Amino acid sequence: MSIAPQDLVEAALSVATLPCVSSVRDRTEANLRWANNGLITNGEMRSRTLTVTATADVEGGTAAGTVSQEIADVAEVAAVVAAAEGLARTGRPAEDAAPMVQNYAHNDVWTDPPETTSIEVLDDLAKGLGDAFERAEAARHLLYGFAEHAVETTYLGSSTGLRRRGVQPTGRLELNAKTADREASAWLGRTTRDFLDVDVVEAVDELSTRLGWASTKIDLPPGRYETLLPPGAIADLMIYAYWTANARDAEEGRNVYAAGDGATKIGQRIAELPITLRSDPLYPGLETVPFVDFTSSLDDTSWAFDGGLPIKETTWIDRGVLHELIRNRGHAIRTGTEPTPPPDNLIMDGGGTASLSEMIAGTKRGLLLTCLWYIREVDPERLLLTGLTRDGVYLIEDGAVVGAVNNFRFNESPVELLGRISEIGVAELTLCREWNDYFNRTIMPTIRVPDFNMSTVSQAS
Amino acid sequence: MLDRVDPQFRALPLAALADAALTRARERGAQHADLRVERIVTQTISLRDGAVTGVADETVVGLAVRVLVDGVWGFASHGDLTPEQAATTAEQAVQVARTLAPVARERVERADEPVHADAVWVSAYALDPFDVPTRDKVALLTDWSQRLLASDGVDHVQTSVAQVRECKFYADLAGTSTIQQRVRIAPALTATAVDRAAGGFETMDTLAAPAGRGWEYMADVEPELAAIPELLAEKVKAPSVVAGPYDLVIDPTNLWLTIHESVGHATEYDRAIGYEAAYAGTSFATPDKLGTLRYGSDLMHVTGDRTIDHGLATVGFDDDGVATTEWDLVRDGVLVGYQLDRTFAPRLGLARSNGCAFADSPHHVPIQRMANVSLQPAREDVTTDDLIAGVERGIYVVGDKSWSIDMQRYNFQFTGQRFFKIDKGRLAGQLKDVAYQATTTDFWRSMEAVGNPDTYVLGGAFNCGKGQPGQIAPVSHGCPSALFRSVNVLNTQAEGGS
Repeated sequence: MSIAPQDLVEAALSVATLPCVSSVRDRTEANLRWANNGLITNGEMRSRTLTVTATADVEGGTAAGTVSQEIADVAEVAAVVAAAEGLARTGRPAEDAAPMVQNYAHNDVWTDPPETTSIEVLDDLAKGLGDAFERAEAARHLLYGFAEHAVETTYLGSSTGLRRRGVQPTGRLELNAKTADREASAWLGRTTRDFLDVDVVEAVDELSTRLGWASTKIDLPPGRYETLLPPGAIADLMIYAYWTANARDAEEGRNVYAAGDGATKIGQRIAELPITLRSDPLYPGLETVPFVDFTSSLDDTSWAFDGGLPIKETTWIDRGVLHELIRNRGHAIRTGTEPTPPPDNLIMDGGGTASLSEMIAGTKRGLLLTCLWYIREVDPERLLLTGLTRDGVYLIEDGAVVGAVNNFRFNESPVELLGRISEIGVAELTLCREWNDYFNRTIMPTIRVPDFNMSTVSQAS
Repeated sequence: MLDRVDPQFRALPLAALADAALTRARERGAQHADLRVERIVTQTISLRDGAVTGVADETVVGLAVRVLVDGVWGFASHGDLTPEQAATTAEQAVQVARTLAPVARERVERADEPVHADAVWVSAYALDPFDVPTRDKVALLTDWSQRLLASDGVDHVQTSVAQVRECKFYADLAGTSTIQQRVRIAPALTATAVDRAAGGFETMDTLAAPAGRGWEYMADVEPELAAIPELLAEKVKAPSVVAGPYDLVIDPTNLWLTIHESVGHATEYDRAIGYEAAYAGTSFATPDKLGTLRYGSDLMHVTGDRTIDHGLATVGFDDDGVATTEWDLVRDGVLVGYQLDRTFAPRLGLARSNGCAFADSPHHVPIQRMANVSLQPAREDVTTDDLIAGVERGIYVVGDKSWSIDMQRYNFQFTGQRFFKIDKGRLAGQLKDVAYQATTTDFWRSMEAVGNPDTYVLGGAFNCGKGQPGQIAPVSHGCPSALFRSVNVLNTQAEGGS
């Protein structure tokens, strides 16, 4: 990797014969994985990927072609550019076509080198784990988990003169503790930018407390229960609602945000409580790359024509009212609206101040979940999702946890849930469970739902 | 056969990379070392209502060095394919192993494997998709879209095709050296009908599964297209199912996914001993039950293989350098086997691995991944119609859609593309809002009949997820039609809400 990534970007732009956006993503990554109180896998990886999106005027409109290649040598650049231009020239007109993003002022320092990480970032964690494994053995517990730190530096250049640089550190710790008979399980997750704020001792203590709660087993049948969903669980549900928030689909009547006859539910109240759901690439502690460096998003919107577009703070739900959906520039131009590229974070707040402990104390009888798992879409019209509770469902009676309950399969729609939330706790930094491979930065509250639908019992422990 | 391998891959300095990495690893104290060099080319084409939304080519290239130092793994990878970088990466892998040795409580032992020197393997396909001009591919998908959009009742069409060519070089200190290439393809098409007046929409997908085939496979999708508008129109008007127990005849286009989730993952040895406990989960089918667990009815015969033509998990040699094979997982309804790599085989007292090590990229460490796990058909001449004729009140389930199963592979819930009511042994129109829900062993024990080899179809997926960091793997599952008695069916409209 002796070639500077900026030079790869410039080399691509210099040989391009069509308007194009060229970006280089430099990624370093280190990880540890453990099971049964011992490390099992590890790794330190480095890669650098050049992506070129070329656009060409073709009969009937503008076409785009994107070619992405892991690259180590400037000699490989011309072939990538030629391939992208070939796709564009022989392509068909794209409906999402839009003029290239023009140059604009920003504060990025283009010449700065890539930021990196290495296995040393996890040194203290590894030492802490060594101690934790010994403690777990003594307590007849088993520890499982994963820690990963990745740093991506993106350099994006455009034929319009735009040059942007963004750095994205992403870290996560997942820790799972089980009793030796594997009949009880507890989990916690932490999102971190640098692992300096990760305390393994504190995390293991928290899991030990949870395993203690599980010393009393209680069997409950399926049914509707008053349920406290902690921040990580509600994050997994809201992330799915976010990934479905495609404006065009809604206008065409084919997602949960459709209101019929070409209209969307923007402007409609979808939550009774004053819940706000927003994303902000500059949110302190949740900073993300503030420009479009992707060609598609998980809601199925294409961003091939929008490379370099600034990503701004967007409020999706404003005090209970659906406020905005995701749309690219092409669709925004066609509909006379603003583009809303999705930032890589999600913040939900309802103004609540109660901690989880206070919400437990305020519960006469209900369930406390740890996290949700294997969440899949059953009915896109309502965004009905199915999934399972995992690693600790606890029964609360008269304000205190009295034991651990069997797991359940649920069937619920996050959008319908928003309308049924009866209490919102304090919003806090959290790591979701199901989607943390793809989505790492969330701030969510604990919520109370009076009638969460536990469809069947799962025997899994 | 070597001349069929991508020339750009063959042109890489594979032998020099292997020599540099393996020599340096041995010098630094590794008792085992292996080098993988991979070049994975992917193209995805997507159209929405006949207009292109994306044409993207991606190439992942890199080298990976994995070492064992005093029984502790070390892994490192890099994107720079020079002998100097290969040697440096080997040093890095050894250093990772030494750094982490104090907290690695297990000392790894591996099953023996014969040396496979200079082996070459190429998967079975007729036309490499990357030899077909992209404009021709777009033209085909455009034609499909326009034909369906011209049909009554179809408001939208989304279609796509993903194509992969995976080239992999493996070499280890024992002397094994393999070059392999495989090709796979995943066509997809969804037609949507929107009720603009009343709100709401329904969709209908084609059934052709991802397969280890070349561009010639697109011709298999073509015959499906003509029936899609009528099937969609019937689904729009179909009555909502009444929840309750039903006899189910499940078509292989749906059953493959149930096999994947409830048998494939449950018989992964690493899951069964807890390696995936914090992520993908464990398994109810633990090793202490091997040979005794009544998994299903006597008719249940499930095999694992990495050898069947066009299977997505099919390969000549796995990422441990093991020659692939076929074996039993469930025989006469009893759990008899697991999917293994070289680390896990000795723990079951087996002399050799059955070849299930796989890494999805040069930047990931090989882990035990799923083979093609398949339900074997009946020897008797039982057709799908025969199965349907044996049902008084039931549902014929066709095509996959939604799936979910718990972390020990007990409780699952599946939907599908098409649900046909069975009334007194005959199909009686479509139903909608159907999901079936069961516990794995209850479900497989209720299997009363399986179809003949003519009903057998190879389903599959490109994107089976497992491991941390997350890895995806392509995998196929063959199965016949099968009859299951008294399975719990939900009405999804009655779920959720207040």
